[in-house]
Amino acid sequence: MSADQGEVLHAVRLRVNGVWHEAEVPARRLLSDFLRHDLRLTGTHVGCEHGVCGACTVLLDGQPVRSCLMLAVGARDHQVTTVEGLGTADDMHPVQRAFRECHGLQCGFCTPGFLTTVAAFLDENPSPSEVEAREAVSGNLCRCTGYQNIVASVLRAAEITRDES
Amino acid sequence: MKPSPFDYNAPESLEEALSVLARVGGDGKVLAGGQSLLPILNMRLAAPAHIVDINRVAELAYVRVEPDAVHVGALARHADVERDEAAHGALPLLRQALQLVAHPVIRNRGTTVGSLAHADPSGEMTAVLALTGGSVTAARQGATREIAAADFFAGPLESSLEPGELAVSARFPRFPGRTGTAFVEVARRHGDYAVCGLAAAVTLDASGAVESARAAYISMAPTPLVLDLTEAVTGRTPAAADWSAAGEVAGGQVEPEADIHASVDYRRHLARVLTARALAEAAGRAA
Repeated sequence: MSADQGEVLHAVRLRVNGVWHEAEVPARRLLSDFLRHDLRLTGTHVGCEHGVCGACTVLLDGQPVRSCLMLAVGARDHQVTTVEGLGTADDMHPVQRAFRECHGLQCGFCTPGFLTTVAAFLDENPSPSEVEAREAVSGNLCRCTGYQNIVASVLRAAEITRDES
Repeated sequence: MKPSPFDYNAPESLEEALSVLARVGGDGKVLAGGQSLLPILNMRLAAPAHIVDINRVAELAYVRVEPDAVHVGALARHADVERDEAAHGALPLLRQALQLVAHPVIRNRGTTVGSLAHADPSGEMTAVLALTGGSVTAARQGATREIAAADFFAGPLESSLEPGELAVSARFPRFPGRTGTAFVEVARRHGDYAVCGLAAAVTLDASGAVESARAAYISMAPTPLVLDLTEAVTGRTPAAADWSAAGEVAGGQVEPEADIHASVDYRRHLARVLTARALAEAAGRAA
């Protein structure tokens, strides 16, 4: 779906979850599609693909951004962290443990975007109030949970991080 | 893939960016934060032949506070401006407005100058530029011009930037002493486009009475609408001023349009109520 249309390809080298990757892609390849199609990192989910739902949120140099609103060529030389980079099944990130403990997910489609957003948020604000926790996830849509357990998960993740530090 | 094919240019300096823009002219579209442009490309509402990505032009990534104004470079993210303590000290209206611009994650990437160039009638920063009497500096190869806010916004989603030009910075002048400001809006959901919103500034005189009360509205006209509401409240202290009277004046002067979110009457009602609220809040901060 790339070279066969005769488009100019651009070399993209970027570091994803600590590993340098290189690929040649058309300029119009979105970072979200680059992660999923070219690097086969399918943990990043794409929902609306125009920046509204937040499911595709990844960390760019530590800052949460919408990967569907970035070109892969625009991430050249940068560091990207996807949900795969947060933790593993055996060694989960505190935010992942909190979401499991507090039932912060049901179908799981929106969850990668919440996890990356919340992980970065707690780095910046380790002891948020409930209002701050709600504001932090205000740009992420979830159609299952009704958000109550997600907010509880954010607060619980902060608690776990504090207890373990 | 979502966007149509385009030629991709990633200049590394302002000089190179202007040279690329001069070459591609009206077929070129500048990409900064991309938080408005990428959705438009993804939905194929636009298909520019050339994208000029200025994200590597590091010299444009600045927030500079000068005695009379805050200067914001084309690559300063909303979040950079929002978090800048010196800019907040000089012009609190910047942070007051930025906290209402979309969501924190969008503000990490979106740029303040980019949102001005996008000229969305519901863009909060357009009202800030209009109320402060600010300007945008536009550069092209071999020439630079400063465009006042009143001339910069030509229509909905239309600025007066010309092909080959790049908005390199915005200048937000500071208010006189004893001025308080506020940004108030109503949106269907927090972070959504405002149904009605306004930036307000109230200045007190030496005796503590209202000397000036002005507001700039978003989502009420094709371009940010600035109203001088001083007459309704002049000479009173903030506690004695009839802010509702100023709201009535504003409600009589706005000419909003209806859409699926709000009728004309509802928007006018919001203008009355939010004007009174924003002016009172601003006056409370004018010390």
